Amino acid sequence: MTTVTQPRAASQEVDLWLRMYRQMVAIRQFEAQVNELYTRALMPGLAHLYIGEEAVAVGVCEALDRTDYITSTHRGHGHCLAKGASPDRMFAELLGKKAGYCKGKGGSMHIADPATGNLGANAIVCGSAGIATGAAFSAQHLGNGRVSVCFFGEGALGQGVLYEEMNLAQLFKLPVIYVCENNLYTEYTHYTETTAGDILMRATAFGLEAASVDGQDVRAVNGIAQRLVSRARHGNGPSFLLCNTYRYHGHHVGDINREYYRSKQEEQKWKTERDPIANFRKWLIEQKIADAAALDRVQAELELEMKKAVDFAIAAPYPTANEVGEDVYA
Amino acid sequence: MPETRLHAQNDRELTFAQAIREALAEEMRRDKTVCIMGEDVAEAGTPFKVLSGLLEEFGKDRVLDTPISEAGFTGLAVGAAMTGMRPVVDIMFGDFVTLTMDQMVNQAAKVHYMSGGKWKVPMVMRTTMGATRRSAAQHSQSLHAWFCHIPGLKVVLPSTPYDAKGLLKAAIRDENPVVFFEDKMMYKLKGAVPANDYTVPLGVADVKRVGEDITLVATSSMVQVALGAATMLEEIGISAEVVDPRTMWPLDEKTLIESAKKTSRAIVLDEGYERYGVTAELASVIASGAFYDLDAPIKRMGAMHVPIPFSPPLEDATVPTEQTVFEAARALCGR
Repeated sequence: MTTVTQPRAASQEVDLWLRMYRQMVAIRQFEAQVNELYTRALMPGLAHLYIGEEAVAVGVCEALDRTDYITSTHRGHGHCLAKGASPDRMFAELLGKKAGYCKGKGGSMHIADPATGNLGANAIVCGSAGIATGAAFSAQHLGNGRVSVCFFGEGALGQGVLYEEMNLAQLFKLPVIYVCENNLYTEYTHYTETTAGDILMRATAFGLEAASVDGQDVRAVNGIAQRLVSRARHGNGPSFLLCNTYRYHGHHVGDINREYYRSKQEEQKWKTERDPIANFRKWLIEQKIADAAALDRVQAELELEMKKAVDFAIAAPYPTANEVGEDVYA
Repeated sequence: MPETRLHAQNDRELTFAQAIREALAEEMRRDKTVCIMGEDVAEAGTPFKVLSGLLEEFGKDRVLDTPISEAGFTGLAVGAAMTGMRPVVDIMFGDFVTLTMDQMVNQAAKVHYMSGGKWKVPMVMRTTMGATRRSAAQHSQSLHAWFCHIPGLKVVLPSTPYDAKGLLKAAIRDENPVVFFEDKMMYKLKGAVPANDYTVPLGVADVKRVGEDITLVATSSMVQVALGAATMLEEIGISAEVVDPRTMWPLDEKTLIESAKKTSRAIVLDEGYERYGVTAELASVIASGAFYDLDAPIKRMGAMHVPIPFSPPLEDATVPTEQTVFEAARALCGR
């Protein structure tokens, strides 16, 4: 673990910060490996990288208990890892191996894991708004105190079902938080070309508590997420959190020539000035919460862990063809 | 011996609608996670009054009126089913299932498989089907074939009050998403329904009438049409067997094939569209399994390939009737 130097805050808070740092680095390294696997043609299908948006998944999931629920998206690796999934079984799933979270039947866009409350990543844009709202409905009816978080990109703002779900959630006062990750690009189109009016007002129109936050600042995301989670857990109903963030890579690995929808200068500016990990690292060092060497060690530990996880996945066997008909019906 | 008849002597008669209500009430008493949601299901008890009285017994936490948001509350039910509830959603008219298709086809049907068998979706969607109610093209369709096409879903079409109660109870207890189609023209149909707790397993066909010369495979209200046609056929010396698959999936292929082998002729009746529909699938099952025992081509009878019209003489021409089935069967038997 990281060495803590001169703790200036309560140790609980320090633990949280260091855990969030570690989780963000883990996601970035995981995604770097995915990029590598994909470009080496070891990974079939599609890969949508979460690099640049790590503070959102980590800030929100660190405000949740393990038994709380999340739903995720096609760009879901970060959410799954932040909620507690282990990289080795994630990589195995991405490679279509039997040891994967879904026995290889789901792949990159469908990681699901009941043990960490992950109801599943979803490849239909806004496809999980109903599922997340329904999980909150169960939590309320069964009285188990759980909270449900629905992650979606700003592209989902174009789907009508989102508004049906927010309306239902408010009518039933359900413990659900709709987390909108605005990474500015709906696939290859700037969101302002597809989104009329004001985003937050879409939620406040239904009476939801709505807030926006700098999605590159993990402490800010976590702070507001804690407030919204607590609110939901205490029966005060649904909320909407708009996280302003940026997708460093293309819509998918292979979306390389992006000049027709955004400039290299813009990408560079976000990477150098707004990087959630670099900025948080700087802050941790400035505040003397951790020194550079300790944070480097975190980096090195995770590099090793990711490498081992990739090796595990590459070595793991594929499912056999006769398993194709299993799990269609429970 | 048809199951319905075994009970006929001792049991009360209920309407089809009462049988549905009794199944729901019994399951809600049995299991606190069963809840009902849909448009006007609570105080109103639906426009067909199928659910009247359930709100009073179970309260508004378990009988929930929703906004007119079919996709919204169906999606909510998928998530609720995954996390410990057994929701029964009510889609007032079968035509409105179009609004739920992403939730049912891309979500409910696939969650179990995509998660490698980890998450389950034990939910029921109840909806209606059936023409001849003078409701025109957007309140009269029978769209069950759409769901039959999707792996992961089960599809139930009861034809009698007895089956309606037993099949609905089985559907609620099933661990999978089940779509349950009720022909709205049958809600007032009466039949024997035991007061006790029984289920009719999904995937078991029922021979509603035993016969020797021709098999009429029929679904939902077409079973009643087939039984009427069988009585007419008896008068001209043709003995018709009526087979009701009861569930489109899982499908009891064996009973269909055995009956066709025995009689050597078959007509398949279903109120959905004939083209690419349930009749095509059932006819194919019979053709594959009983080909060498057939004395005539299998005849399919379904809804005409037109939007259901409003005007009564037009609408009546779109669906099979006792008379048209009688004539088709007579022709197939060479009379």
